[in-house]
Amino acid sequence: MSDAMLNEQVEATKGKMVMNQIPADIVGESPLHHADLETLASRGQDQGGVHLKEKSLQGLLILRAKPDEAQMAEIESVLGVALPTTPLTSVEMAGGKGDVSVRWVSPDEWFIVVPATVAFQLESDFQTSVSGHYSLVNVSSGYTILQLSGDNVVDVLKKSTPIDVHPSVFPVGKVVSSVFAKSGAMMLRRIGDNAFELIIRRSFADYIWLWLQDASMEYGLVIEA
Amino acid sequence: MLHIYCPHCGESRDEEEFHPAGQAHIERPKDPDACTDKEWGEFLYFRRNPRGVHHELWVHAAGCRKFFNMTRNTQTYEIKEVYKLGEQPSVVAE
Repeated sequence: MSDAMLNEQVEATKGKMVMNQIPADIVGESPLHHADLETLASRGQDQGGVHLKEKSLQGLLILRAKPDEAQMAEIESVLGVALPTTPLTSVEMAGGKGDVSVRWVSPDEWFIVVPATVAFQLESDFQTSVSGHYSLVNVSSGYTILQLSGDNVVDVLKKSTPIDVHPSVFPVGKVVSSVFAKSGAMMLRRIGDNAFELIIRRSFADYIWLWLQDASMEYGLVIEA
Repeated sequence: MLHIYCPHCGESRDEEEFHPAGQAHIERPKDPDACTDKEWGEFLYFRRNPRGVHHELWVHAAGCRKFFNMTRNTQTYEIKEVYKLGEQPSVVAE
Protein backbone atom coordinates (compact mmCIF):
# COMPACT_ATOMS: atom_id res chain seq x y z
CA MET A 1 0.00 0.00 0.00
CA SER A 2 1.35 3.42 -0.87
CA ASP A 3 1.99 6.06 1.78
CA ALA A 4 -0.66 8.29 0.25
CA MET A 5 -3.32 5.59 0.53
CA LEU A 6 -2.26 4.77 4.07
CA ASN A 7 -2.44 8.42 5.09
CA GLU A 8 -5.86 8.68 3.48
CA GLN A 9 -7.08 5.74 5.56
CA VAL A 10 -5.61 7.21 8.72
CA GLU A 11 -7.34 10.52 7.96
CA ALA A 12 -10.65 8.76 7.34
CA THR A 13 -10.67 7.10 10.75
CA LYS A 14 -9.88 10.25 12.74
CA GLY A 15 -12.32 10.99 15.51
CA LYS A 16 -14.33 7.84 14.85
CA MET A 17 -12.57 5.10 16.72
CA VAL A 18 -12.84 6.25 20.32
CA MET A 19 -15.50 5.08 22.71
CA ASN A 20 -15.99 6.40 26.22
CA GLN A 21 -15.51 3.27 28.28
CA ILE A 22 -16.92 4.75 31.47
CA PRO A 23 -20.23 6.41 30.64
CA ALA A 24 -21.87 8.32 33.49
CA ASP A 25 -24.48 5.63 34.25
CA ILE A 26 -22.00 2.82 34.89
CA VAL A 27 -20.13 2.39 38.16
CA GLY A 28 -16.71 0.80 37.79
CA GLU A 29 -15.61 -2.11 39.95
CA SER A 30 -12.01 -2.93 40.63
CA PRO A 31 -10.87 -6.56 40.17
CA LEU A 32 -10.29 -6.58 43.94
CA HIS A 33 -13.81 -5.39 44.66
CA HIS A 34 -14.62 -8.70 46.36
CA ALA A 35 -11.74 -8.26 48.82
CA ASP A 36 -13.42 -5.13 50.21
CA LEU A 37 -10.17 -3.36 51.04
CA GLU A 38 -12.03 -0.37 52.45
CA THR A 39 -13.58 -2.40 55.26
CA LEU A 40 -10.25 -4.15 55.89
CA ALA A 41 -8.57 -0.75 56.10
CA SER A 42 -10.95 0.48 58.76
CA ARG A 43 -11.05 -2.76 60.77
CA GLY A 44 -7.62 -4.26 60.21
CA GLN A 45 -4.34 -3.62 61.99
CA ASP A 46 -2.67 -0.24 61.64
CA GLN A 47 0.89 -1.29 62.55
CA GLY A 48 3.04 -3.40 60.28
CA GLY A 49 6.02 -3.59 57.97
CA VAL A 50 4.09 -3.62 54.71
CA HIS A 51 1.42 -1.18 53.61
CA LEU A 52 -0.87 -2.01 50.69
CA LYS A 53 -3.13 0.40 48.88
CA GLU A 54 -5.03 -0.26 45.70
CA LYS A 55 -5.04 2.62 43.27
CA SER A 56 -8.12 1.34 41.55
CA LEU A 57 -9.97 2.39 38.42
CA GLN A 58 -7.28 4.48 36.77
CA GLY A 59 -7.20 5.29 33.10
CA LEU A 60 -4.61 2.98 31.57
CA LEU A 61 -3.51 3.26 27.97
CA ILE A 62 -0.94 1.41 25.91
CA LEU A 63 0.74 3.43 23.20
CA ARG A 64 2.69 1.68 20.46
CA ALA A 65 4.60 3.75 17.97
CA LYS A 66 7.98 4.33 16.42
CA PRO A 67 7.72 8.10 16.54
CA ASP A 68 9.81 10.40 14.38
CA GLU A 69 10.60 13.89 15.64
CA ALA A 70 7.35 15.44 14.40
CA GLN A 71 5.17 12.71 15.91
CA MET A 72 7.18 12.85 19.13
CA ALA A 73 6.38 16.58 19.42
CA GLU A 74 2.68 15.98 18.72
CA ILE A 75 2.52 13.26 21.37
CA GLU A 76 4.28 15.53 23.84
CA SER A 77 1.79 18.32 23.23
CA VAL A 78 -1.14 15.96 23.84
CA LEU A 79 0.31 14.24 26.92
CA GLY A 80 2.01 17.25 28.43
CA VAL A 81 5.19 15.25 28.89
CA ALA A 82 7.71 13.83 26.44
CA LEU A 83 7.81 10.05 26.00
CA PRO A 84 10.70 8.53 27.93
CA THR A 85 13.02 6.98 25.34
CA THR A 86 15.66 5.70 27.73
CA PRO A 87 14.93 2.05 28.57
CA LEU A 88 13.37 1.31 31.98
CA THR A 89 12.53 4.92 32.80
CA SER A 90 9.32 6.82 33.43
CA VAL A 91 8.15 10.40 33.50
CA GLU A 92 5.45 11.94 35.58
CA MET A 93 3.63 15.23 35.63
CA ALA A 94 1.06 16.54 38.06
CA GLY A 95 -1.46 19.23 37.26
CA GLY A 96 -2.26 20.46 33.78
CA LYS A 97 -4.81 18.17 32.19
CA GLY A 98 -4.46 15.84 35.15
CA ASP A 99 -1.79 13.63 36.62
CA VAL A 100 0.01 11.83 33.84
CA SER A 101 2.56 9.07 34.26
CA VAL A 102 4.26 7.50 31.26
CA ARG A 103 6.31 4.34 31.64
CA TRP A 104 8.70 2.81 29.13
CA VAL A 105 7.73 -0.79 28.34
CA SER A 106 9.77 -1.64 25.28
CA PRO A 107 11.50 0.36 22.52
CA ASP A 108 8.18 1.01 20.77
CA GLU A 109 5.71 0.72 23.64
CA TRP A 110 4.66 2.97 26.51
CA PHE A 111 2.20 2.51 29.38
CA ILE A 112 0.25 5.66 30.23
CA VAL A 113 -1.54 6.12 33.55
CA VAL A 114 -4.03 8.97 33.93
CA PRO A 115 -7.11 9.56 36.11
CA ALA A 116 -10.04 7.56 34.72
CA THR A 117 -12.00 10.67 33.83
CA VAL A 118 -9.18 11.93 31.61
CA ALA A 119 -8.61 8.77 29.55
CA PHE A 120 -11.42 9.33 27.06
CA GLN A 121 -10.39 12.93 26.44
CA LEU A 122 -6.78 11.87 26.00
CA GLU A 123 -7.75 9.25 23.42
CA SER A 124 -9.83 11.79 21.54
CA ASP A 125 -6.96 14.29 21.60
CA PHE A 126 -4.66 11.65 20.16
CA GLN A 127 -7.11 11.02 17.34
CA THR A 128 -7.29 14.67 16.38
CA SER A 129 -3.75 15.85 17.09
CA VAL A 130 -1.33 13.02 16.41
CA SER A 131 -0.52 12.19 12.81
CA GLY A 132 1.14 9.16 11.32
CA HIS A 133 1.12 5.55 12.33
CA TYR A 134 0.53 4.60 15.96
CA SER A 135 -1.78 2.57 18.16
CA LEU A 136 -3.37 3.75 21.39
CA VAL A 137 -5.49 1.23 23.25
CA ASN A 138 -7.47 1.82 26.41
CA VAL A 139 -6.68 -1.12 28.69
CA SER A 140 -8.10 0.40 31.89
CA SER A 141 -10.25 -2.62 32.66
CA GLY A 142 -7.45 -5.10 32.08
CA TYR A 143 -5.17 -4.06 34.90
CA THR A 144 -5.16 -2.66 38.41
CA ILE A 145 -2.47 -0.84 40.35
CA LEU A 146 -1.21 -1.82 43.79
CA GLN A 147 0.98 0.47 45.85
CA LEU A 148 3.29 -1.23 48.31
CA SER A 149 5.26 0.63 50.94
CA GLY A 150 6.72 0.18 54.40
CA ASP A 151 9.94 -0.93 56.06
CA ASN A 152 9.64 -4.56 54.94
CA VAL A 153 8.38 -4.02 51.41
CA VAL A 154 11.76 -5.03 49.97
CA ASP A 155 11.59 -8.32 51.88
CA VAL A 156 8.23 -9.09 50.29
CA LEU A 157 9.53 -8.19 46.83
CA LYS A 158 12.55 -10.45 47.32
CA LYS A 159 10.19 -13.37 47.84
CA SER A 160 8.22 -12.51 44.75
CA THR A 161 10.46 -11.40 41.92
CA PRO A 162 13.99 -12.05 40.62
CA ILE A 163 14.54 -8.30 40.06
CA ASP A 164 17.24 -6.60 42.13
CA VAL A 165 15.49 -3.74 43.93
CA HIS A 166 18.50 -2.28 45.73
CA PRO A 167 18.47 1.54 45.39
CA SER A 168 21.85 1.49 43.62
CA VAL A 169 20.36 -0.36 40.64
CA PHE A 170 16.69 0.48 41.12
CA PRO A 171 16.44 4.24 41.62
CA VAL A 172 13.21 6.19 41.99
CA GLY A 173 11.40 6.32 38.68
CA LYS A 174 12.76 3.06 37.29
CA VAL A 175 10.25 0.75 35.64
CA VAL A 176 10.66 -2.91 34.85
CA SER A 177 8.39 -5.56 33.41
CA SER A 178 9.11 -8.89 34.96
CA VAL A 179 7.53 -11.78 36.76
CA PHE A 180 5.87 -11.33 40.13
CA ALA A 181 5.05 -14.49 42.03
CA LYS A 182 5.38 -16.39 38.73
CA SER A 183 2.67 -14.35 37.05
CA GLY A 184 3.75 -12.23 34.13
CA ALA A 185 2.82 -8.81 32.75
CA MET A 186 3.92 -6.72 35.60
CA MET A 187 5.59 -3.46 36.24
CA LEU A 188 7.42 -2.52 39.32
CA ARG A 189 8.44 0.93 40.14
CA ARG A 190 10.05 2.67 43.01
CA ILE A 191 8.01 5.78 43.70
CA GLY A 192 9.61 6.62 47.01
CA ASP A 193 12.40 5.28 49.15
CA ASN A 194 10.46 2.21 50.26
CA ALA A 195 7.49 2.54 47.97
CA PHE A 196 6.72 0.53 44.89
CA GLU A 197 3.90 0.35 42.42
CA LEU A 198 2.73 -2.86 40.78
CA ILE A 199 0.60 -2.95 37.69
CA ILE A 200 -1.03 -6.34 37.62
CA ARG A 201 -3.39 -8.09 35.27
CA ARG A 202 -7.03 -8.18 36.25
CA SER A 203 -7.11 -11.97 36.00
CA PHE A 204 -4.17 -12.30 38.40
CA ALA A 205 -5.44 -9.69 40.87
CA ASP A 206 -7.02 -12.13 43.30
CA TYR A 207 -4.06 -14.50 43.15
CA ILE A 208 -1.60 -11.67 43.87
CA TRP A 209 -3.80 -10.31 46.63
CA LEU A 210 -3.69 -13.74 48.31
CA TRP A 211 0.05 -14.01 47.64
CA LEU A 212 0.75 -10.59 49.18
CA GLN A 213 -1.25 -11.43 52.29
CA ASP A 214 0.74 -14.60 52.74
CA ALA A 215 4.13 -13.09 51.90
CA SER A 216 3.70 -10.12 54.24
CA MET A 217 2.11 -12.03 57.11
CA GLU A 218 5.36 -12.25 59.08
CA TYR A 219 5.91 -8.48 58.85
CA GLY A 220 2.33 -7.41 59.39
CA LEU A 221 0.17 -6.17 56.53
CA VAL A 222 -1.59 -2.83 56.79
CA ILE A 223 -4.34 -2.14 54.29
CA GLU A 224 -4.88 1.48 53.37
CA ALA A 225 -8.04 2.70 51.75
CA MET B 1 20.05 -20.17 36.41
CA LEU B 2 21.39 -18.13 33.54
CA HIS B 3 21.80 -14.40 33.79
CA ILE B 4 20.83 -13.03 30.40
CA TYR B 5 21.53 -9.56 29.06
CA CYS B 6 18.61 -8.09 27.13
CA PRO B 7 19.91 -5.74 24.41
CA HIS B 8 16.60 -3.83 24.38
CA CYS B 9 16.25 -3.28 28.14
CA GLY B 10 19.98 -2.80 28.50
CA GLU B 11 20.47 -4.90 31.62
CA SER B 12 20.92 -8.47 32.75
CA ARG B 13 17.86 -10.31 33.93
CA ASP B 14 17.01 -13.70 35.32
CA GLU B 15 16.52 -16.61 32.93
CA GLU B 16 12.95 -16.94 34.25
CA GLU B 17 11.94 -13.88 32.21
CA PHE B 18 13.12 -15.34 28.89
CA HIS B 19 12.06 -18.04 26.48
CA PRO B 20 14.24 -19.66 23.84
CA ALA B 21 12.72 -19.58 20.38
CA GLY B 22 14.96 -21.97 18.50
CA GLN B 23 17.72 -21.56 15.99
CA ALA B 24 18.57 -18.05 14.77
CA HIS B 25 19.23 -16.84 11.23
CA ILE B 26 16.75 -19.14 9.47
CA GLU B 27 16.01 -17.54 6.15
CA ARG B 28 12.71 -18.22 4.43
CA PRO B 29 13.19 -19.13 0.75
CA LYS B 30 12.66 -15.96 -1.28
CA ASP B 31 10.32 -17.69 -3.72
CA PRO B 32 8.64 -20.68 -2.02
CA ASP B 33 6.89 -21.76 -5.25
CA ALA B 34 10.21 -22.13 -7.00
CA CYS B 35 12.13 -24.11 -4.40
CA THR B 36 12.37 -27.88 -4.29
CA ASP B 37 10.60 -30.03 -1.70
CA LYS B 38 14.00 -30.70 -0.14
CA GLU B 39 14.78 -27.00 0.27
CA TRP B 40 11.33 -26.27 1.68
CA GLY B 41 11.48 -29.27 4.00
CA GLU B 42 14.86 -28.21 5.32
CA PHE B 43 13.62 -24.67 5.88
CA LEU B 44 10.59 -25.92 7.80
CA TYR B 45 11.89 -28.85 9.80
CA PHE B 46 15.64 -29.27 9.84
CA ARG B 47 17.51 -27.55 12.65
CA ARG B 48 21.10 -27.63 13.79
CA ASN B 49 21.84 -29.30 17.08
CA PRO B 50 25.51 -28.58 17.65
CA ARG B 51 27.59 -29.47 20.64
CA GLY B 52 29.34 -26.17 21.28
CA VAL B 53 28.75 -22.71 19.87
CA HIS B 54 25.19 -22.18 18.65
CA HIS B 55 23.24 -19.13 17.50
CA GLU B 56 19.79 -18.99 19.04
CA LEU B 57 16.73 -16.78 19.00
CA TRP B 58 15.42 -15.73 22.41
CA VAL B 59 12.51 -13.60 23.53
CA HIS B 60 12.34 -11.45 26.64
CA ALA B 61 8.89 -12.85 27.34
CA ALA B 62 8.14 -11.30 30.73
CA GLY B 63 10.00 -8.08 30.04
CA CYS B 64 9.99 -6.00 26.87
CA ARG B 65 8.69 -8.96 24.79
CA LYS B 66 11.26 -8.31 22.09
CA PHE B 67 13.24 -10.97 20.25
CA PHE B 68 17.03 -10.99 20.08
CA ASN B 69 19.81 -13.36 19.11
CA MET B 70 22.22 -15.09 21.41
CA THR B 71 25.43 -16.99 20.76
CA ARG B 72 25.64 -19.72 23.36
CA ASN B 73 27.79 -22.74 24.04
CA THR B 74 25.37 -25.64 24.38
CA GLN B 75 27.93 -27.70 26.26
CA THR B 76 29.08 -25.22 28.92
CA TYR B 77 26.02 -22.91 28.83
CA GLU B 78 28.39 -19.99 28.43
CA ILE B 79 26.73 -17.04 26.71
CA LYS B 80 29.25 -15.58 24.26
CA GLU B 81 27.23 -12.57 23.16
CA VAL B 82 23.74 -11.21 22.56
CA TYR B 83 22.86 -9.11 19.54
CA LYS B 84 19.74 -7.62 17.98
CA LEU B 85 17.84 -9.08 15.05
CA GLY B 86 19.34 -8.14 11.72
CA GLU B 87 22.86 -8.04 13.13
CA GLN B 88 25.49 -10.66 12.47
CA PRO B 89 27.29 -12.53 15.26
CA SER B 90 30.90 -11.61 15.96
CA VAL B 91 31.55 -14.95 17.64
CA VAL B 92 31.18 -17.99 15.40
CA ALA B 93 32.08 -21.68 15.75
CA GLU B 94 35.55 -22.62 14.53
